[in-house]
Amino acid sequence: MIEIHNVQKSFNGNPILRGIDCVFETGKCNLLLGGSGTGKSVLLQCIVGLMKPDIGSITFDGTVFTNNKVDIKQEIRRKIGMLFQGSALFDSMTVFENTEFPLKMLTPEMTREERRDRVEFCLKRVGLENAGNKMPSEISGGMKKRVGIARAIAPNCTYLFCDEPNSGLDPATSIKIDELIHEITHEYGITTVVITHDMNSVVEIGDHIIFLHKGQKLWDGNKDEILNTTVPELKEFIFSSSLVRAAKKVDEESEGGLAAIVDETLSDEQANERAG
Amino acid sequence: MVKTFGEFLIFMQSMLVRKERFAVLWQRTLDEAILIGIDSVFIVSIVSACIGAVTCVQIAYNLVNPLIPKSTIGFMVREMTILELAPTITSIVLAGKVGSSIAGGLGTMRITEQVSALEVMGINSASYLVLPRIVAAMLMFPLLVILAMVLSITGGYLAGTLSGAMSAQEYVEGIRTDFVPYNIAFALIKSVVFAFLVSAISSFKGYYTEGGALEVGAASTGAVTNSIIAILLADYVLAAVLL
Repeated sequence: MIEIHNVQKSFNGNPILRGIDCVFETGKCNLLLGGSGTGKSVLLQCIVGLMKPDIGSITFDGTVFTNNKVDIKQEIRRKIGMLFQGSALFDSMTVFENTEFPLKMLTPEMTREERRDRVEFCLKRVGLENAGNKMPSEISGGMKKRVGIARAIAPNCTYLFCDEPNSGLDPATSIKIDELIHEITHEYGITTVVITHDMNSVVEIGDHIIFLHKGQKLWDGNKDEILNTTVPELKEFIFSSSLVRAAKKVDEESEGGLAAIVDETLSDEQANERAG
Repeated sequence: MVKTFGEFLIFMQSMLVRKERFAVLWQRTLDEAILIGIDSVFIVSIVSACIGAVTCVQIAYNLVNPLIPKSTIGFMVREMTILELAPTITSIVLAGKVGSSIAGGLGTMRITEQVSALEVMGINSASYLVLPRIVAAMLMFPLLVILAMVLSITGGYLAGTLSGAMSAQEYVEGIRTDFVPYNIAFALIKSVVFAFLVSAISSFKGYYTEGGALEVGAASTGAVTNSIIAILLADYVLAAVLL
């Protein structure tokens, strides 16, 4: 569990985070939702230690991270896995070497064979068992995200942070990445924090959602509650998408509702999958 | 400027705290040594051989007094090569090749969040990325300077003898006249200092790049410009102090 208490951050006197209080629960996909410039990335950078908050504290499973000793911070950081917006794979290394890198650096006690087995397991887990010898420049954006996830989970991370995992991906690939993050979170019981402004992700993986607006937390809840929100800023955010507006309109006008249209459009197999 | 120098000192200090394991840093140093040293052999060879040849021809052109023995040409080529041309020109060439490569590489890593990825893993990115580059440069620059000395003097020999400006015997006699071994040591000391300046300044410029591709280009240009200025200033200071 990660607890954020009264975190504030300003740049040149311009407040970006205005006293955020929230809790990211263990074993859940916690979504940081909000429009551009609302402070999501700054909050994430404060949590992982790339930025220092002006005021406030961040606690990882009871251990204070902010303003603690360097050794304790390092210990916490070694439990963190992060998927960056642009994947941040090391250009000079193959997919295999990228995934192996944190193991080499953080677990010197592992033998070469143990590392190889772990890397093969992680690459298989993200569906890239045959891409180990490829360079990052030779793989697609979706594959890069998968490698990023494999690298993040390789050292058995306790906390997984994903900065806009869907950016630059087509809708189908986005859903696959979302599903992968969701599965990994529940499979390993880790605390996952995902930054997103994609409503698809909210519906797919939003176990716990925190909505930020102008550096403040305005709402938190789960994906079943979000569509019934009474917070005007959140309603405006949700229904600002043309697709969501069109879907709402179709839902209101069609007899069987949107669900019936979706079922008609999907193949039997896909419909069964969704129902299951 | 004082602020930048202060930031540079803090950057240097940050490399030395929370260092990674020796085995990791050593392997990284060897990798960088190949990039900095082996990959620069070709350009250093071409430049130094040509400079030696040109120096020889131009000295021969200016030495028209029949009272001055022709072996003086070899003597002057040797002195100029060892004291100045080999260490300084080689370092300036390397500032262009290695400095821009270091700044561009680190700048790209910074803007594509690879540096942040290292930090999030709990790795001291300055120590992991920069320290091996500086150590590798300080190991490889003297070797390249020795190569430059040999090739420059050889270039002078070929140019002098093939053009008929002097005989091979006169050139060899010249390069053996009044040889001071300390000059070699002085040249190698200079090369180590220049290596530190080029690699540290370029790393500093690249490591703190902010923005996008345009800023990476600007960081590379700034790294080369500042490194060359630092080399020339250090060249004067070292000559004044050590000679």
